[in-house]
Amino acid sequence: MAHVPHPTPPRSQPPKPALATAPNATPVVVGEEMTGAASVVRSLESVGADVIFGIPGGAILPVYDPLFDSSIRHVLVRHEQGAGHAAVGYAAATGKVGVCMATSGPGATNLVTPIADAHMDSVPIVAITGQVGASMIGTDAFQEADIVGITMPITKHSYLVTDPSEIPARIAEAFHIARTGRPGPVLVDIAKSAMQSNTTFTWPPAELDIPGYHPITKPHIKQIKEAARLLATARRPVLYVGGGVIRANASAELIELTNLSGAAAVTTLMARGALPDSHPQNVGMPGMHGSVPAVAALQRADLVVALGARFDDRVTGRLDSFAPGATIVHADIDPAEISKNRFADVPIVGDLKEVLADLTVELAQEQAQHGKPDLEEWWHTIDDLRTTYPLGWSPTADGLLAPQYVISRLGELAGPETIYAAGVGQHQMWAAQFIRYEHPRTWLNSGGLGTMGYAVPAAMGAKVGAPEKEVWAIDGDGCFQMTNQELATCALDDIPIKVAIINNSSLGMVRQWQTLFYDQRYSNTDLNTGHETARIPDFVKLAEAYGCVGLRCENAKDVDATIRKAQEIDDRPVVVDFVVSRDAMVWPMVPSGVSNDDIQYAQGIGPAFDRDE
Amino acid sequence: MTRHTLSVLVENKPGVLTRVSALFARRAFNIHSLAVGPTEHPDISRITVVVDVESNPLEQVTKQLNKLVNVLKIVELAPNTSVQRELLLVKVKADDASRTAVLQVVELFRAHVVDVSPEAVTIEATGGEEKLKALLAALEPHGIREIVQSGAVAIGRGGRSMTDRALERIARSA
Repeated sequence: MAHVPHPTPPRSQPPKPALATAPNATPVVVGEEMTGAASVVRSLESVGADVIFGIPGGAILPVYDPLFDSSIRHVLVRHEQGAGHAAVGYAAATGKVGVCMATSGPGATNLVTPIADAHMDSVPIVAITGQVGASMIGTDAFQEADIVGITMPITKHSYLVTDPSEIPARIAEAFHIARTGRPGPVLVDIAKSAMQSNTTFTWPPAELDIPGYHPITKPHIKQIKEAARLLATARRPVLYVGGGVIRANASAELIELTNLSGAAAVTTLMARGALPDSHPQNVGMPGMHGSVPAVAALQRADLVVALGARFDDRVTGRLDSFAPGATIVHADIDPAEISKNRFADVPIVGDLKEVLADLTVELAQEQAQHGKPDLEEWWHTIDDLRTTYPLGWSPTADGLLAPQYVISRLGELAGPETIYAAGVGQHQMWAAQFIRYEHPRTWLNSGGLGTMGYAVPAAMGAKVGAPEKEVWAIDGDGCFQMTNQELATCALDDIPIKVAIINNSSLGMVRQWQTLFYDQRYSNTDLNTGHETARIPDFVKLAEAYGCVGLRCENAKDVDATIRKAQEIDDRPVVVDFVVSRDAMVWPMVPSGVSNDDIQYAQGIGPAFDRDE
Repeated sequence: MTRHTLSVLVENKPGVLTRVSALFARRAFNIHSLAVGPTEHPDISRITVVVDVESNPLEQVTKQLNKLVNVLKIVELAPNTSVQRELLLVKVKADDASRTAVLQVVELFRAHVVDVSPEAVTIEATGGEEKLKALLAALEPHGIREIVQSGAVAIGRGGRSMTDRALERIARSA
């Protein structure tokens, strides 16, 4: 990347040692007197939080006073949903725990969507919410909402704190639970009365009181040996790589196993970047909009080794016809994922970093005894599919800009060191398909929950966590209108993200389904932001109103120059309105509920699998 | 569908029962009955939950329950290696003409009368599901006014304690 690194704000310090990993490295504080609110801030500082995304309000107000003097950087967002997604983006880009903060009632309920998002995609965040005073709880007080109750199904764990002396321990536990095991969101709801009371602060807290929490990280050697034996003898092996590999920071180990095994590897939507796209064994993305070689490889595999993947319906298509001939090895840190959707012949529970390392060692031993497997025929089949069905797109019928071209050029020009955060819909799929990812944590998106509006705040969070990196939000015109208020935050708080709006003037993915399955009846999908429409809002003017640079690009010949121009601006956010054809569709596609064997390469074109066998 | 009895040791903390029961609801597992109460250890409560599931989903139930931070230990109690009891209170019409017949039923089932009024008696009975069903069937002709029934509680046979073993495990992992 040829850009001058953005100066790191002095408030962004390197992460402090975490309690869970280095209990002795944190300064020992015993019985210091302070308010509960100060104890909240001191706990967050001590646990290693360096950034909080939030908005103050009545019930959290006491915390904002000591926070004013804290070393923690607070990013004042414009909507709590933005705070939550920013915490997610920060965590996904850095691997650290993201923190968001909101007041009681509506502040807390506005966090519900990002918390659910973090839960589905296993992102470690801690949400701190104010709650009405302890004596008021249950009285339907002003701005009271039972946020612990509301978020119970979408958090890894949650706390209601009414006793100020508990604050340090609960916050320490929240961070520990969020980041260990299968990562996820933890909510700490703190009564205003606890913030206002006097208490004593001790750090580290005496001990973590979570006797029922003991994630298994060390895989069972017997299962590892069995998996290694299968990998050594399979004729058509596929590594089915999921987002867990990225969460476990296990990309290096994955590359080693991939190299040694010689197996084909597919990287799911959540795992783009876990294995470099340039790796010759990376066959691409599987699933509903996956590449034909990736989908077909899984369908024909005799062994599928699932690594931190969860056999999601968007990957498997009709479950009973998914990878019908494959023996399944399933490795995950969450035992509940194993055999949840597809029975695992060899279950492996453990941290993928350890699983992959152990598996590589065992596989090497197997190969030393029995030699390397002959996979020539398998690769011949896959390479045929790669040659016959490469990813691509057809020119637009209306002669307008092709969205795939824009995204493809953006990927080329911004390169693999850039962080890309997408919204949800067609642009998300094209960004997953046509950008080549070389590193983990460079592709952020809302995979499980499918949250429109994710991109701008997530990019903001990523840029705060990695200020030296170029960060692009690739957004749709529909998504962008859900959370673009955070451009104000970005402009004022020195967070110069770049936004590429892939503006097809409609809710494009829904429109695609209407084209394919609803007789081209375009019910309520027209957004009037593109060619020959009212263009409400005008995204360029909107960007300018927010103190950002607004650019517009409507022709293929201007795409490169516009992207370059956006790249040159690093002192404020840039929004590029790429006005594209609305008729472009995402291909390949496995329609919902059918077998992956029925993948359509393009509209009406199914690969001739039977003939080439 | 088969019936399974799970004994779940949980931390005695606010909201834990909600977490457990809500998990069943959102994963679409059908609870037949649920009973919760204290144990010999002040920090531990015990939930006995009877579910109707096939064995494969049952494994999912157990795994999902184990993910709850407040859940300490889960054991499935098989009918032949455990004792299971439910408590029933039933109010039956009993006037001077019918009281004797009602009391005979009470005696046959080794139940107790816990309240008497001129027009009704309230009967307390404990037992397994089948016994209580039979009792209710015998009382039915006399006119049942009101029924209240607890969920099943269950304990493993033999000298070993589920709580001890859970505590040992917690001590080891700490």
